[in-house]
Amino acid sequence: MDSSVLFSLRLSLQVALTSTALIVLVGVPVAYFLARKDFPGKEAVDIILTLPLVLPPTVTGYYLIVAFGRNGFVGKYLYDWFDWSIMFTWYAAVIASFVVALPLMIKTGRAALENVDKNLVNAAYTLGHSEWETALKVTLPLAKRGIIAGIVLSFARALGEFGATLMLAGNIPGRTDTMPLAIYSLSASGDKEQAAGMVVLLTVVAALFLYLANRYSRRIF
Amino acid sequence: MGLCVNVVKKLKGFSLDVKWKIEDELAVLFGFSGSGKSLTLQIIAGLVKPDNGLIGINETVFFDSSHKIDRVPQERSLGYVFQDLALFPHMTVRQNILFGSKGLGEDEKKRRYRELTEAFYVDGLVDKRPSEISGGQRQRVAFARALMRRPDVLLLDEPFSALDTPLRIEMRSFLGDLRRTFPVPIVLVTHDAVEAASLADRIIVYSDGAVIQSGSVTDVFCSPSDERVRRLLHGQENFLANLCEKDPSKPK
Repeated sequence: MDSSVLFSLRLSLQVALTSTALIVLVGVPVAYFLARKDFPGKEAVDIILTLPLVLPPTVTGYYLIVAFGRNGFVGKYLYDWFDWSIMFTWYAAVIASFVVALPLMIKTGRAALENVDKNLVNAAYTLGHSEWETALKVTLPLAKRGIIAGIVLSFARALGEFGATLMLAGNIPGRTDTMPLAIYSLSASGDKEQAAGMVVLLTVVAALFLYLANRYSRRIF
Repeated sequence: MGLCVNVVKKLKGFSLDVKWKIEDELAVLFGFSGSGKSLTLQIIAGLVKPDNGLIGINETVFFDSSHKIDRVPQERSLGYVFQDLALFPHMTVRQNILFGSKGLGEDEKKRRYRELTEAFYVDGLVDKRPSEISGGQRQRVAFARALMRRPDVLLLDEPFSALDTPLRIEMRSFLGDLRRTFPVPIVLVTHDAVEAASLADRIIVYSDGAVIQSGSVTDVFCSPSDERVRRLLHGQENFLANLCEKDPSKPK
């Protein structure tokens, strides 16, 4: 395999793993709150976080530039204080993958957590366990399969992220060209053979992950 | 002393307004489904907040709207056996019972666990999951779990309704034994007249979110206060004839 192909493969894994870790850290608590709490604006939060699932990735990418670009409301401060911009770095690819794949974690996780029998939660409370303990020992373990399915789906989606990544991280060979971007460059420049290898690889990996997600979300106690 | 409940709760299309008091005894909340019996248990346990009122057991106040006291369920010393038992499916019998030992010291926890698993004949199945044991066994596990912390009161929400008749009869006699071994006031919800009569020291009859009659089994079943109570006993004529004949103090 070409060294640039290896680089793309390694970068893709690095980006997908990092963004999936962030998705677990953010997505599971958010899914828990959406499933278990009633607060004003709850559905608005759900909608805003789910939008990247249905918006064209270029629209999501556009919003991300508005936020993280050199003049963006976050990016501006990063540039003023550290003389650094996140644009066109692999971090940008992580942010893009994170935002685009997060809805899969939230949707799957929320559904799984809402399915946990309310009586079991009440039983834990009457047995003296705090909400935090109950979440860790009852609610989350019982929603485990759905949460794992959400993680698997998010990882698969992060691995395949293209549009928002292109907008925010660019397609810089040897820096930000993850596999989907490398496939785009290779096939645009007529290197069908190299592209086909990566296409097959991504397809197999995606199929494998869908299989895992199905397996986890279906098996119940 | 005893458990004192005096609460008002308005819901959409239903309102509960009940006041009753029991001593160290087994009280049965008796009435049709939807009359507010289970809601009362949830309110006592702190799972549903009443609009106003007072709930206290012995010297402890669980809820008092006039003094803005509202203890969270975790701080109310009670054992709750849910209608579907609410055993944790991902835990073994042992883990389920020990989940009820929150706040006990290590020695106390071990002693209580041994005592209860033996008394409830579940010591042979502690490594099984709830899905691997029978309905009657699940029932006993739920009771053991609810009693681990030595609660001041036991709340039973139609715990036998899912069992077939022979098992129900067995569980009723088991509940009788239980009261001798672990004396604790009990509030039992049921709509089964035979069950109520065979277990109750006191019967509190619910209808449409209000208490319409209360007293001993013979007080209520042999002298129903009105048409609504009579309707609840419909179909039990033979059983009632037997029950009320045996009690010479209450002529029919």
